[in-house]
Amino acid sequence: MSTWTPSPRQLEREAFRRRRAVRSTALAAVSTLLVVAVAVAVLVSSPGWPRVRQSFFDWDVAVDSLPKVAEGLWLNLRVMAVAAVVIVVVALALAIARTLRGPVFFPLRAAATAYVDTFRGLPLILVLLLVGFGLPGLRLPGVPRDAVVLGGLALVLTYSAYVAEVFRAGIESIHPSQVAAARSLGLSRGQAMRHVVLPQAVRRVVPPLLNDLVALQKDSGLISILGAIDAVRAAQIQTSAYANFTPYVVAGVLFVALTIPLTRFTDALARRSGWMGAMGAVPGGVGGLR
Amino acid sequence: MSAEAGVNGVTGPGAAVGPVLRVEGVRKAYGEHVVLDGIDLDVDAHRCVVLIGASGSGKSTLLRTIDLLDDVDDGAIWLEGEEITDPRKDADALRARMGMVFQAFNLFPHMRVLDNVTLASRLVHKVARPEAEERALAMLERVGLAGRASAFPDQLSGGQQQRVAIARALVGAPRLLLLDEVTSALDPELVGEVLDLLIELKADGMTMLVATHEMGFARRVADEVCFLHEGRVHERGAPDQVLGDPAQQRTRDFLRRLA
Ligand SMILES: Nc1ncnc2c1ncn2[C@@H]1O[C@H](COP(=O)(O)OP(=O)(O)O)[C@@H](O)[C@H]1O
Ligand SMILES: [Mg+2]
Repeated sequence: MSTWTPSPRQLEREAFRRRRAVRSTALAAVSTLLVVAVAVAVLVSSPGWPRVRQSFFDWDVAVDSLPKVAEGLWLNLRVMAVAAVVIVVVALALAIARTLRGPVFFPLRAAATAYVDTFRGLPLILVLLLVGFGLPGLRLPGVPRDAVVLGGLALVLTYSAYVAEVFRAGIESIHPSQVAAARSLGLSRGQAMRHVVLPQAVRRVVPPLLNDLVALQKDSGLISILGAIDAVRAAQIQTSAYANFTPYVVAGVLFVALTIPLTRFTDALARRSGWMGAMGAVPGGVGGLR
Repeated sequence: MSAEAGVNGVTGPGAAVGPVLRVEGVRKAYGEHVVLDGIDLDVDAHRCVVLIGASGSGKSTLLRTIDLLDDVDDGAIWLEGEEITDPRKDADALRARMGMVFQAFNLFPHMRVLDNVTLASRLVHKVARPEAEERALAMLERVGLAGRASAFPDQLSGGQQQRVAIARALVGAPRLLLLDEVTSALDPELVGEVLDLLIELKADGMTMLVATHEMGFARRVADEVCFLHEGRVHERGAPDQVLGDPAQQRTRDFLRRLA
């Protein structure tokens, strides 16, 4: 080991960086406080504030309605978890179907394309209404009538179309030379897909997928329109019971509280370069440069 | 086809009489652009044929068609007397009998070095994992990288990555090794370690078809040099003749530009 002591020049540089860091932190704190103070002042001084505070921010109503709303949220979480797993499976199948080549696979490819085009274009709320009220209306034996199941099905239909496109983009981002290398070893088309293309593609699209998971988490609240007692529906019931809108705010806070950890996790994962191997992750992001 | 060619991946005494590789009248065009315009070529067992030619002269295209990564438009290719351009043949099985090494290494970045090398053994040659790993380690030992078996490709230098790629191509005991400018992407000081390895392989009797711009290597190792120009083998012969005293003006021009 060499005995290196930083030169005076380096010491001066570091001292400068420290001073600058302290200065910018202080500046950030002051400006944040200022913005928050102004926002609060505008809110509180608005003419309708006393009424709004009473009907949207009633502490007692919040505490009283919390258990029911939280119970509803538990349903959202379960729907989301199950839907997420089904979505990933369906979407992967769709994405792979769309990358198949050759006339034999034309029907499969065309069906997958039509599916994705349809459900990516349809507003989720329409899919929910059509599936939720139309499907049971057919009175077919074996068709579920439970609002939770039907709502979950609608989420799967719409989201699998989106997620399929994310997977497809991932698959197409893998350079053809990777397939050439795999095939030159004697791997079949399917083996090259399974062992070489998909593992790299999936790793590459995990950050956007987690983003879709956050969206799914909050869109799971839409199943309430079919009558499932989820957090939104529970809040609605509490709102009528107390003749006060605070339960909605409670539900909103719970949804946000739920998505924040997931969002932070997504960010952290996107930054972690080691996890991606050498596959295009920039260690420090672009922010690292002076 | 025997799988008993040993862990060093060098072909044993060839069963088939005649050349390991025969290319006859191969034609390949991309749209209007004719890249290969009737290529004839033989590579005999344990011999090394070197392809030279300007960038864009079709060296990579020829190697890709031989490895069945691209279809020929016309002509035929035989491997050990078997026509491999016959569409009724199982292309995957045929590719598994040849090894190919690419200019840009094309290692699988999500797999450790060892898994890069064992992948084909396990999936194509159906070797159980312990035995596949044993063979792969022996092959990595041979290319001097047994110590890096658990590294990911991006943790290696370019020369090391290319040696892993060579080990990966050799582990299935190929009858023919196709090398496409395998040192072109390397820093100059790393070229030597890869070329030394190829010289050893040749000495061990591997049959090779090599596209390269390394004329020193060609002189030392090649049994025959083919100069590709305008989709044809414009001149061919012993390395001393083609590289030292070319008969064709085009060949002279090409070599002068390289020097
Ligand atoms: N997939 C392709 N599509 C269209 N043109 C191609 C393709 N591959 C190669 N070519 C063209 O074929 C010619 C020969 O390329 P290549 O075989 O890579 O030459 P070399 O390896 O000798 O440099 C080039 O002009 C190149 O642009
Ligand atoms: Mg080339």
